[in-house]
Amino acid sequence: MATLFVVLVGTGMAYLLARRSFKGKEILDILLTLPLVLPPTVIGYYLIILTGRNGLIGSFVYRWTGWSIVFTWYAAVLASFVVSLPLMIKTTRAAIESVDKSLINASYTLGHGELTTAIQVILPLSKKGIIAGTVLAFARAMGEFGATLMVAGNIPGKTNTMPLAIYNSASSGEWANANVLVLFFTLISGFFIYVANKFSRRVI
Amino acid sequence: MGLSVRIVKKVEGFSLDVEWQTGNELVVLFGDSGSGKSMTLQCIAGLMKPDEGWIRANGDLFFDHTLNVNVPPEKRSFGYVFQDRILFPHMTVRGNITYGCKGTSKSEIRQRVDEMIDLFHLRGLEGRFPAEISGGQKQRVALVRALIGRPDALLLDEPFSALDYPIRLEMVRLLEEVRKEFDLPVVLVTHDVLEAYTLADRIVVYSEGRVSRVGSPAEVFRLPAGLDAEALWNGFLSGVRGVRQKVDPFGEG
Repeated sequence: MATLFVVLVGTGMAYLLARRSFKGKEILDILLTLPLVLPPTVIGYYLIILTGRNGLIGSFVYRWTGWSIVFTWYAAVLASFVVSLPLMIKTTRAAIESVDKSLINASYTLGHGELTTAIQVILPLSKKGIIAGTVLAFARAMGEFGATLMVAGNIPGKTNTMPLAIYNSASSGEWANANVLVLFFTLISGFFIYVANKFSRRVI
Repeated sequence: MGLSVRIVKKVEGFSLDVEWQTGNELVVLFGDSGSGKSMTLQCIAGLMKPDEGWIRANGDLFFDHTLNVNVPPEKRSFGYVFQDRILFPHMTVRGNITYGCKGTSKSEIRQRVDEMIDLFHLRGLEGRFPAEISGGQKQRVALVRALIGRPDALLLDEPFSALDYPIRLEMVRLLEEVRKEFDLPVVLVTHDVLEAYTLADRIVVYSEGRVSRVGSPAEVFRLPAGLDAEALWNGFLSGVRGVRQKVDPFGEG
């Protein structure tokens, strides 16, 4: 779910950063990359400030709907989205920037505007980078722990993602359970990196 | 019918200031690399914006800095053939040609693409991808793709320089056929003396961002007045020598 949003928003943002020049581009780039380096707790903290019941955006939503995202599984999705977005943007942007400019110019001279050019030429030619970015983002979203813990809480059966389940098992001494989950997680993450490498080798 | 161009453009370390007109003839922009020939084509096609001047084709105004007119490249109608890496690698030959065709209905587009495939002897290659055809075939597809939209003029940016000599001769013949079939101005950029001499109706000689001479091939090459023309003459002689060595009577070798 988070990955779906990441692909849609990430590809759009990457296109914007790669192909357009506008005021504040540098700042947008920094903002979008920050989640990659900030500790997850800091991101979680920001999300609470923004979306919490008394938060900047959250207070509006709460006043109008009486509902708050915090401590629901939507919050887990939001946290995963924020932390995995930079991976998607970085990979896709590199792919879009590597598309030969004369092909883009050729498309323009053949009478196609920016939208058609983007859909028919630029995105198909950055397909590998987009797939690699998606896989990396999905793996990152799946492994998200810290920010999820902050905004979604650790409520068994409601907001427990796999890393949270591992944390719960380990802290309550259910080692057998934890072993299975950890092994599964390591294997599947390794597989994702393998897939991502396969697709991104020619891009990055 | 025709093309009228005046372009003034300054970029870092280089200034372009040229003016020329052409009817439905083949005009060669001739000069050393870095003399502003390709830049002129890019300005005509709208891929680059001149600082001053105008660009008119068949009575339509595409650029005029005094009137603040600057039509975006996709709204201009020029068939542009680039020097290399020209076809969309993810589309088949048919896909590439279809991409250049603007028609009202799908069947109409299909029919026109088929016509052009036959006209340019590309039958049998429609389903192949650019990586699976030869350099000469690629350039032929690029030419078809540029022509199928019925452009106001054809802009060719050293289209044959990456090809082997026998295929180049074949392309030169093809270009002559194109001119018989389609009545339109053709602007060919080249620094190959022989290409300029054999193909041009008129030659515009570029030198460091200025037009240094305009005339028929005979006028430009036979009256060596001034340093530029002399250098061209020497280049022509060495070009002829090069051809004698390169031409292989037994075909594509």
